Amino acid sequence: MSPPLEHDYIGLAPPEDLKGTELRLGLPGSESPDRRPPAATTTLDLLPAKGAKRVFSHDEVPPPAPAAAGKNGKVVQEDADGEDKKVAAPPQPAAKAQVVGWPPVRSYRKNTMATSQLKSSKEEPDAKQGQGFLYIKVSMDGAPYLRKVDLKTYKNYKELSLGLEKMFVGFSNGRSGSNALPGKKGVSESGSDGEFVLTYEDKDGDWMLVGDVPWDMFTNSCRRLRIMKGSDAIGLAPRAGHKSKNKN
Amino acid sequence: MTYFPEEVVEHIFSFLPSHSDRNTVSLVCKVWFPKLRVLTVKGKPHFADFNLVPPDWGGYAAPWIEAAARGCVGLEELRMKRMVVSDEGLELLARSFPRFKALVLISCEGFSTEGLADIASHCKFLRELDLQENDVEDRGPRWLSCFPDSCTSLVSLNFACIKGEVDSASLERLVAKSPNLRSLRLNRAVSVDTLSKILMHTPNLEDLGTGNLTDEFQTESYLRLTNALEKCKMLKSLSGFWDASPVCVPFIYPLCHQLTGLNLSYTPTLDYSDLTRMISRCVKLQRLWVLDCISDKGLQVVASSCKDLQELRVFPSDFYVAGYSAVTEEGLVAISSGCPKLSSLLYFCHQMTNDALITIAKNCPNFIRFRLCILEPRKPDAMTNQPLDEGFGAIVRECKGLRRLSISGLLTDKVFMYIGKYAKHLEMLSIAFAGDSDDGMMHVLNGCKNLRKLEIRDSPFGDGALLGNVAKYETMRSLWMSSCNVTLKGCEILASKMPMLNVEIMNELDGSSEMEENPGDFSKVEKLYVYRTTAGARGDAPNFVKIL
Repeated sequence: MSPPLEHDYIGLAPPEDLKGTELRLGLPGSESPDRRPPAATTTLDLLPAKGAKRVFSHDEVPPPAPAAAGKNGKVVQEDADGEDKKVAAPPQPAAKAQVVGWPPVRSYRKNTMATSQLKSSKEEPDAKQGQGFLYIKVSMDGAPYLRKVDLKTYKNYKELSLGLEKMFVGFSNGRSGSNALPGKKGVSESGSDGEFVLTYEDKDGDWMLVGDVPWDMFTNSCRRLRIMKGSDAIGLAPRAGHKSKNKN
Repeated sequence: MTYFPEEVVEHIFSFLPSHSDRNTVSLVCKVWFPKLRVLTVKGKPHFADFNLVPPDWGGYAAPWIEAAARGCVGLEELRMKRMVVSDEGLELLARSFPRFKALVLISCEGFSTEGLADIASHCKFLRELDLQENDVEDRGPRWLSCFPDSCTSLVSLNFACIKGEVDSASLERLVAKSPNLRSLRLNRAVSVDTLSKILMHTPNLEDLGTGNLTDEFQTESYLRLTNALEKCKMLKSLSGFWDASPVCVPFIYPLCHQLTGLNLSYTPTLDYSDLTRMISRCVKLQRLWVLDCISDKGLQVVASSCKDLQELRVFPSDFYVAGYSAVTEEGLVAISSGCPKLSSLLYFCHQMTNDALITIAKNCPNFIRFRLCILEPRKPDAMTNQPLDEGFGAIVRECKGLRRLSISGLLTDKVFMYIGKYAKHLEMLSIAFAGDSDDGMMHVLNGCKNLRKLEIRDSPFGDGALLGNVAKYETMRSLWMSSCNVTLKGCEILASKMPMLNVEIMNELDGSSEMEENPGDFSKVEKLYVYRTTAGARGDAPNFVKIL
């Protein structure tokens, strides 16, 4: 069961670093034939091309190599790796080889890590996280398509709201967005006059007002953002004079 | 020894300068055995850690515990590594030694939390219960409640490898009545709140393994944790960080300046920026274990912040052959240049170069342990495409005190020539996918005067090398060879020439019957394990092991 490849909704050429986070599938059956039983070689994992943290896409823990696997520990040579040897680039094997007991890592460590990664992958289906990036979807009421932002490029709420403003500038009916989004100094006005309120869905699936919790806490629980029309947000907007605590 | 009066024997033994020699001698000498207080036993070969030794091979603890229960009831400490321990064995242990103080189990298996319950219940003076990376069957949290109220002697408790739930109330009670606790390592089930409560009772704690530090929390919990941690002025070593969310990082800051040891190697949830935020504040750090997601950039931060670093371990987060790693030779060069005191290294990386290794050797001549694992077997120098012989040659030449070495990447017989020539203090050598011919192994056997353990896999060494210096094996603790070119015939010759060695061969696919039908066959031996013995062949070998 493999997840579909992610596409940018707009279809524009992705910024440079997105290419580096492109996820690819390691297809089973593309490995050279081996005498080992199929269970040891069929792997349906996502292969990050560069920089992305490994996430297991299925529930299986990578099996410790079975004791009776093959008469020798010869490496299964991958199909297309020869020409990359001279270049100091991360390998992008089309298939993954498995050698019993290699790399030399204790089973305890492998099993423990597998449990950790299962836990973290279950918690973030909408947010793609890796080393140094955290992409989440942003929707704006009335906009024809969604966008994605990397929360790690912002250090605080103010930067986030400025970034979102720039991104959705065409859709805000001419009104500047910064009044509507709670920032370090700001307070959101209640939305009866059509301004926007920034909300997010957290790990529990609840829709929350952006700005209440410390920034770090927010980035760790935020799964997606929604720029809500003020008229829909009456329950959520903070009362006038309410100070938002913002620890950056 | 029975010919000499006891006083003479003791006088002779008093000339043995080292602890380990005296311990060894006391095991052989029947007169001394009853007085044994500390027993350390290691079972399976090292490569068993990597699933290269089939299950049921051996290493059973029961005979040792039974013999000790009969012969040396004064036993106070038992340390076992890579052994199979049963609950019955633990129960016997708990009931047999009235002065028992310390149990240390490392990479063992075969027991459950019920066996621990017996230890807790019956060892009245228990000071140390240290369970490191064992495979323990979880039969419930009852064991922790079994420590009687009268047991107040705990100094060290490590249950990080216990997989199941733990009763927080029992844990808090136990800690509260253990004023001497210096080292406490919790498992994943212990929450932030429980940890904060516990730490209020442990002002003298020096070593802490946290419970889980996930982000499912209230801010107040983390603030309480920081307050509690600040009370632990003696705390020098930190580990655990199970499922740690990046949010926990700032709450650890107040501790960082005093830490000498930090283990973040089980925390894939922290990325390079989280790691460097923490580590850059740990200016006194001597020992660091991390995952390769720290990346070369992160290692540069370590190099500029941790000038006292002596031991570094960088583990892979991707366990597949030729899997991706963010760590290359650049990170290690940076470390070597910033941390000249570095003496112990375990480094999994994506690639290496000869130039880098030569630079590293010059920067850090104090290496005692140097273990380098390039993830892709037989990978050459990433810049020149050459073998890495010269690089490792520089390491053995510059690091005159080197005792342990693991090599990887593309290597010819030449690297073994260097090792044999320069690595005069080398005690343990691990070889994988290396060498061209028997000459390689011969260089090592002939040159490394202090060699004790040699383990080789997937390398083209055959009978010529195996039989080229058989007397050498009597000076060594063990030899392991798997997926090499040794044949049954060669092993038989070795066994016949050296009766004081046990020559074990393991062929997993219905090997033993095949071998009996064709004695002297030149079929290759899949796995070979050779070691000294005073007692002859062992009686507990399973079917797939043949002792020649």
